[in-house]
Amino acid sequence: MVRINGEEKNLAGKNLLEYLKEAGFKPEQVVVERNLEIVPKDQMGSIMIQDEDAIEVLRFVGGG
Amino acid sequence: MTEMQKRMQELISREELDRAFDARFPKEMQEKLRAAKVAVAGLGGLGSNIAVMLARSGIGKLLLVDFDVVDVTNLNRQMYFIPQLGKPKTEALTELLVQINPYTEYETVCTKVTPENVKELFSEYPIVCEAFDKPDQKAMLVRELLTQCPKTTVVSGNGMAGYADTNEIRTQQMMQRLYVCGDRSTGASEGNGLIAPRVAACAAHEANKVLQVIME
Repeated sequence: MVRINGEEKNLAGKNLLEYLKEAGFKPEQVVVERNLEIVPKDQMGSIMIQDEDAIEVLRFVGGG
Repeated sequence: MTEMQKRMQELISREELDRAFDARFPKEMQEKLRAAKVAVAGLGGLGSNIAVMLARSGIGKLLLVDFDVVDVTNLNRQMYFIPQLGKPKTEALTELLVQINPYTEYETVCTKVTPENVKELFSEYPIVCEAFDKPDQKAMLVRELLTQCPKTTVVSGNGMAGYADTNEIRTQQMMQRLYVCGDRSTGASEGNGLIAPRVAACAAHEANKVLQVIME
């Protein structure tokens, strides 16, 4: 299982960028941390989610 | 240093201003704040308010970064005045800050922040406040700071549109070097824009977290 924003999900083997899009995130508006490392934007499309991964997706909204 | 800053220093000495700092705080606090360097990226509703609070708190050095000029649509929530319309925000804000605390060192950079200049601008700063407006720019800055500036702690603002209860705005540690302030969900949108109280509340959360990180 994969822990994503605190929830256990069966996402092992899935491409990170595809997951983000399917889950309704706009990739350019999020910061993703995977196993305590920030995922660089140009690597989002090449990362395969692995079993036991801990992923945090921080979504930003407009305003400042 | 600008002429205005020199003039303010003539009007009040560093010693006088130091003595006026709330004496109930320990002396070491004032010293730590004076030794601190903080960068503010984006000088809109969040950034201009954060900078004012940090200048009042006696931070030793502030780096202020923004590419934009003061616009009439800024007056509803940003720390600018009608005579400053059209001026670069870096310049307009410094005019105000030197009148609050002329003994803070102010460095300004009037440029657009990109992944290419993040390291050069911010890597010397132990604390950076993210105070941009657009969600993709906010995410870009936080992502690049956390990857390119390994010694920097980031304090970010996320979700402060509208006039819902300010109690929903809070500060949360999201990652090892990242604190996020805001309600985390209310973005500026058609029918629910940005207005002073909630933006200032979020700015105060960011400035207060900066003080906590300095005093750690």
